[in-house]
Amino acid sequence: MTTAATEDLYRLPGGIRLPSFKEQSRGRPIVDIPVPPKLIIPLRQHAGEPAKPIVSVGDHVLTGQRIAEASGSFSAPVHASSSGIVTAIEHRPIADRHRQDAVCIEIETDGEDTRLPDLSPITNPFAETQQTLLAAIEAAGIVGLGGAAFPTVAKLRHAIDTSIDTLVLNGVECEPYISCDDALMCASAADILYGARILLTALDLPHCFVGVESDKPEAWEAFRSAAEIDADDRLQMVRIPTVYPSGGEDQLVYLMTGREVPTGGYPSDVGALVHNVGTAAAVANLALTGMPMISRIVTVTGDGVARPGNYRVRFGTPMADVAAAAGGYTESAKRLIMGGPMTGLALTSDALPVTKASNCLLFTGPAIQTSREPERPCIRCGECARICPVRLQPQQLYRAHQFEQGDTLDALGLIDCIECGCCDLVCPSHIPLTHSFRTAKQQRKLEVYERERASRAKERFEQRRARDEQRAQSESENLRALKDKASRDAIAEILARKQPNKSDDD
Amino acid sequence: MRFEAAITPYLRPTTGVGAMMQEVTLSLVPAIVVYFFFFGFGILFNIVLCIVACVAFEALALMLRKQPVASTLGDFSVILTAVLLALALPTYLPIYVTLIACAAAVLLAKHAYGGIGYNPFNPAMVGYAFVLISFPIEMSSWLPPSLGDIDYVRPSVWERLHYVFTGGWPDSLTLDAVTRATPLDMVRNGMANSEMFAEIRINPIFGDFGGYGWEWLGNFLAVAGFWLLYRGIIRWHIPVAVLAGMLLPATVATMTTSGALPGPGFHLFSGATILAAFFIATDPVSAATSPRGRLIYGFGIGLIAWCIRSFGGYPDGFAFAVLLMNAAVPLIDRFTAPRIMGHER
Repeated sequence: MTTAATEDLYRLPGGIRLPSFKEQSRGRPIVDIPVPPKLIIPLRQHAGEPAKPIVSVGDHVLTGQRIAEASGSFSAPVHASSSGIVTAIEHRPIADRHRQDAVCIEIETDGEDTRLPDLSPITNPFAETQQTLLAAIEAAGIVGLGGAAFPTVAKLRHAIDTSIDTLVLNGVECEPYISCDDALMCASAADILYGARILLTALDLPHCFVGVESDKPEAWEAFRSAAEIDADDRLQMVRIPTVYPSGGEDQLVYLMTGREVPTGGYPSDVGALVHNVGTAAAVANLALTGMPMISRIVTVTGDGVARPGNYRVRFGTPMADVAAAAGGYTESAKRLIMGGPMTGLALTSDALPVTKASNCLLFTGPAIQTSREPERPCIRCGECARICPVRLQPQQLYRAHQFEQGDTLDALGLIDCIECGCCDLVCPSHIPLTHSFRTAKQQRKLEVYERERASRAKERFEQRRARDEQRAQSESENLRALKDKASRDAIAEILARKQPNKSDDD
Repeated sequence: MRFEAAITPYLRPTTGVGAMMQEVTLSLVPAIVVYFFFFGFGILFNIVLCIVACVAFEALALMLRKQPVASTLGDFSVILTAVLLALALPTYLPIYVTLIACAAAVLLAKHAYGGIGYNPFNPAMVGYAFVLISFPIEMSSWLPPSLGDIDYVRPSVWERLHYVFTGGWPDSLTLDAVTRATPLDMVRNGMANSEMFAEIRINPIFGDFGGYGWEWLGNFLAVAGFWLLYRGIIRWHIPVAVLAGMLLPATVATMTTSGALPGPGFHLFSGATILAAFFIATDPVSAATSPRGRLIYGFGIGLIAWCIRSFGGYPDGFAFAVLLMNAAVPLIDRFTAPRIMGHER
């Protein structure tokens, strides 16, 4: 394995150096959180279609048993995180940016944590066929562990269909407070590299970049001392500068390869496939133990909990149980943010379950604002444009949004906004820029949809009118023809009647 | 347990408009002290008067527009406008002229367009240009710096106040007796009489490069400007472009005429060059907003100001240069938008 110095990297436009606050949760060993008395396992823990339950209320399930199957190719199955009795299958509130609730399977755990007996590890994954490996990954319910929870197998299948030449492992973890990937890299660097090699073999790719941010020297060392490093020269470590948002998929690909993901596209459009280090570790874990995804490392941090740290949490564990296991709440537990302080989701209740997308539970913390500064008019200072990692001009976008100029928003690249939140932080007028762009995107989608609907309706209307006209025309022609015929007949009749008169006269 | 809802990002912002404006204003203090040292108490009087008047006008405008008064005044922008206006106006000026300048700056340039953030033209420069056109004699009457020349009778404090409050000098003094042409005036008039720049600058009102006293003011303004650059409150594009726009043609002019026309040193240290480059043209609201746009905007200001100085009807041209380029900003912004990542080159 070779290492690349930061000088070899391409430079990201913009970005911002943020205080890390990772020390709060970093440096202590990963602690397993006990299985809670009740697991609430959402069937929609991933991007795409929700899974379909295959158990019924009253069933006894074992740890690792599949309890819901994927529905279609863009979905993921869900497994029981511990053994117990299914007590409910119904809609429950979930922590998700796009929806309030989803069907959840509630399991009353029996405390035995009895594993499924016939788990089958993949003893030599490098000898298996691509189809076998992909099927195993799919069956294990593995999804991206960076926070977006994109079904891994869908990404892999897409990569096979397109011309990918680079696998990128994302160990950047650039948002403040979060340290779950760091903890994982320190504890299981060898597993991650093993998982990377499985993916490389499965996809027959020539090389893999492993990106680690420069503020994680322990993780860097862990990778360097892993046995895997000499075994495989396809693996290349890349030290990524500690600038937010270097860990964004498109940003990381650009930093490493200089390739820009085209507007509206994916990294696969420029030959790159990006996976979180956690996802690679999950693949390795599947090969080593045969156990599907039933838990993840969650950073529990902030001033709001007594013992911040990194915890291994079973999916479906209510966040309140996680907080309790982390020493309980302190007085400053005002905010609960799932994810980081830049892009995370503020939740209003801790009764929600931890899912595959829950990388961090942040309970307030230094520098987390508990009330927003009042907003002032934009003074066009342009700082937002200076730090925008996709080179947008938020000040112009914001004005276009204010005056509801939809076409201008499109021209200014609204859809290219990655909602990283940098612009908000440097805005001296404290304008909620990111939030307004997110709103603007939704509005714009709606407008375009409405416009399409209107144009379809107009088209239908015009077609109908044309049909009506045609009908009316043909009817009137028929009528005229009838009339003509009638009048001709009448004339003929009159003439016929006159003729004898004439002849009479004669 | 219940938690408060919020929108992303949750980190506290690092700066604020009020803090920025305050820092810009405070950075001007050393230069103001120098100004006071060379030109007398007039500057302090003007600053106090401008601040009081501009704040009063802004409060009035906010009340009429049914906007929150106290919190809006807290953005400090009107105080910065007032100080910049005071620095631009002649040191001693009849009080009604100063008040009219303040009214034009705050009411006409700022609030008629919707207040901070919405004004297409630089308020301080609108106020200045308004009275420059309306009161040409008063606006070109500058008392010279303390040179110590014997034939010049300096008006007393009382006499100066008399002028400021009544608009006329006491019977014992005349306008011509107390005011002196500024270095820029002198160069202008000298050029009109076909004199060489080297001849003109023999007058003791000239210092090493520009006007005596003015140079020192320029130095301290430049230091303040560098401080703001270091602090990231202003960015380098506009100041560099303004100076380039003025100094490049000046260099060419003086070299091609063998020194008959003033060179870059004189232009840099005379009139409003440094003030305009670091403090006036950098007003973000009325300036271009992309880096490339700011280079074009700044260069245009410097070039137009040099043209006005060299060929126009006014000795200094920064106010008009800034206002003209302000008008060009929407066009500049339109054609200098940076290429978005992932879009075609």
